[in-house]
Amino acid sequence: MSGDAGLLTLALAGVLLAALLAYVLLGGADYGGGVWDLFATGERKERQRALIADAIGPVWEANHVWLILVVVLLFTVFPPAFARLTTVLHLPLLLMLIGIVLRGTAFTFRTYDDRRSGAQRRWGLVFAIASVFTPIMLGICVGAIASGAAGESWGILARVQACAQAGDTGPECEGARQAATFGAVYVQSWLTPFALGIGVLALAMFAFLAGVYLAVESPDAALREDFRLRALVAAGATAAIAVLLPLASAGRVPIVGERLLGAWWSKPALFVTAAVAATAASALWRRRYRLARWASAGMVTLLLAGWAAAQFPLLVPPDLTIALAAAPQATQRLVAWVLGLGAFVLVPSMVYLFRVFKGRPPAFARMEARTTVRGRDHRG
Amino acid sequence: MSDLLAARAQMALSLGFHIIFAIVGIGMPVLMVIAERRFLRTGDPVFLDLTKRWAKGTAILFAVGAVSGTILSFELGLLWPGFMEFAGPIIGMPFSLEGFAFFTEAIFLGIYLYGWGRISPRAHWWSGVMVAVSGAASAVFVVIANAWMNTPRGFRIENGVAMDVDPLAAMMTPAAFPQVLHMMLAAYAATGFAVAGIHAYLILRGRTHPFHRHAVHIALMVGAPAALLQPISGDISARYVAKWQPAKLAAMEGQFRTERGAPLRLGGLPDEEAMTTRWAIEIPKALSLLAFHDPNATVAGLEEFPRENWPPVAVTHIAFQVMVALGTYLAAVSAWAVLMALRRRPIVANRALLRALAVATPFGFIATEAGWVVTEVGRQPWIIYEVARTADAVTPMPGLQFPFAIFTAMYIGLSVIVILLLRRQLAESPREEAAAA
Repeated sequence: MSGDAGLLTLALAGVLLAALLAYVLLGGADYGGGVWDLFATGERKERQRALIADAIGPVWEANHVWLILVVVLLFTVFPPAFARLTTVLHLPLLLMLIGIVLRGTAFTFRTYDDRRSGAQRRWGLVFAIASVFTPIMLGICVGAIASGAAGESWGILARVQACAQAGDTGPECEGARQAATFGAVYVQSWLTPFALGIGVLALAMFAFLAGVYLAVESPDAALREDFRLRALVAAGATAAIAVLLPLASAGRVPIVGERLLGAWWSKPALFVTAAVAATAASALWRRRYRLARWASAGMVTLLLAGWAAAQFPLLVPPDLTIALAAAPQATQRLVAWVLGLGAFVLVPSMVYLFRVFKGRPPAFARMEARTTVRGRDHRG
Repeated sequence: MSDLLAARAQMALSLGFHIIFAIVGIGMPVLMVIAERRFLRTGDPVFLDLTKRWAKGTAILFAVGAVSGTILSFELGLLWPGFMEFAGPIIGMPFSLEGFAFFTEAIFLGIYLYGWGRISPRAHWWSGVMVAVSGAASAVFVVIANAWMNTPRGFRIENGVAMDVDPLAAMMTPAAFPQVLHMMLAAYAATGFAVAGIHAYLILRGRTHPFHRHAVHIALMVGAPAALLQPISGDISARYVAKWQPAKLAAMEGQFRTERGAPLRLGGLPDEEAMTTRWAIEIPKALSLLAFHDPNATVAGLEEFPRENWPPVAVTHIAFQVMVALGTYLAAVSAWAVLMALRRRPIVANRALLRALAVATPFGFIATEAGWVVTEVGRQPWIIYEVARTADAVTPMPGLQFPFAIFTAMYIGLSVIVILLLRRQLAESPREEAAAA
């Protein structure tokens, strides 16, 4: 296999990144909604929660499928990357799955269980806590990949497996075996300060996105102010982590020091990202919510793109490149066809979904809204 | 419990749990679409009520299906990274297609559940149709991926690496059509009979509201034809297994010795040590007839295969007996209901039939689970039939008993909650005729 990835392989890696970005921008905001459910306060507490539920309800399952697409694309197009990551990140992925299950089911159970407050509060709490927990685990996994910790752990394991396969019992293999403790392979792969930092960054970012989206979708000024304030707080937290984490880890995490901050594109990229972030914050400050929504999504896009550019051409640092991990050409070509075909169905469906629930309400729904009280029971 | 056994148990449990919700996701949209269509044509509000109540139940079950399906897509790697590294490029295609089908399903289910009053009634109905179609498509693609594990095609192996990968050939394997047909019919039969059974039970308990009568009728419209066609599909499957996976057939039938004019064994307990199946009712020559459509055909027994390549015989045989027995019961009840309908007798006035339906409520699900035990356990010790062994594909991570324990607890908890929530929904359903006014 050649050292450079072909155009098709690069395009598929790009689609993988785009699917992850879609999950962050859409699914991430659904988790952020859960965060604001947990921190619902003040006299409009229940109305905040109702708005969050209305905003998430029709779309969270569709938004969640982006994650499935990421997983499927990874094991189809880059199978060694999938096998390595699911092996050494078994524990954080397991925890993330528990979070995913609790978030989704508790939200649905709350919608359809007893309307009385006891059951509602119980499910609401599970939903909200899982919404905080899951993004942290997702971020930890990303941080573990980006920092190379996951790849290093895989290397330790791979050396032992190679020795076992060769039947080698020499001193080098004995050393490899002793180095491959459970902690070195399955815990140090992700339990690092940098990965934890990325976990918290993901949480802050999702909360920020949700705050902005919810401000746009608020039916009245008071509720909009609530979410504007929340979005500003989350924006501050996101900015603080996004600035401090690279500075603190530049010396210890090579991808940050050498690739993210040291590349030729670093300075212009950082400048553009900072400008977009400042636009988002100032738009929010000036109550220009639609601009804030675009700018905040742009900022998150640039952060993910920065990660991808810093890592390129590595898929799982420190040694698995996009080209090395790529599936056979026949598979890649067919996946490209499937993606085209899928997009043909997916894009119009997605547009329809968001127009029905996130666009301006159609005339007859506005009429109905005037005659009925807006509440959670409208779903039938 | 060894790590391998824990991994297999966790995978089996996760699949077995998810299948229930997957089936409901295939079948319920069809029922809702029929009920909503009736409402649009007749304007009878009972049909609207029925559609909306079914939709609520479906919403709960679909959410559990979505998250349990997510678990599975990760578990493929968490438990079997070696298998996925090898098989990913070969069977990733049906999984990718399934991804888009699931996307469509989730999008239109969101529109269907929350779109009442936001979109026109016609658009709403079509959203339901989209859910039904994409739900069926998802199932087709996933079963195609599983069929490849039974009859792997579309690659050759060189030094343990797959070469000449042809993902299309991997989708069009001999097992694909029989398995897909059998599973789709199973899904419609299981959902139809579960719904018919629940409402039949409520009628027997004195709920005379027409709501329940309509529910039984619509559920049987979907469930009864599927259950009646299932024996034909079963025959296609049996002949496929006889040809392509003779060891699995031998285990299903408890056939240890190779035999001309082999008998069909009903019940019985296979004994691997003694190489015999005890206490079975044997119908002479029936197995040869069913498997090869020739009463004197030779059926290969397990003795033809090395001992280390035998699937667990007793589990496979008993699961097969359970599936066939329950499937036969559902087909018989279906025939009864169809006869009543043809003679224009009201089905819901016949208490014996209602009782037969109520008893059958879980049968479709149990039969489907048993069928998956037959195909999965019957494929052992292979994860990819005659290509890769399950034991070689398991993750190197030790301590798999702990994830297994966690998932077991989670599935038990979810099951209890889902049952309680569905009971709540049923308790609120219409009671007496008078309430219709």
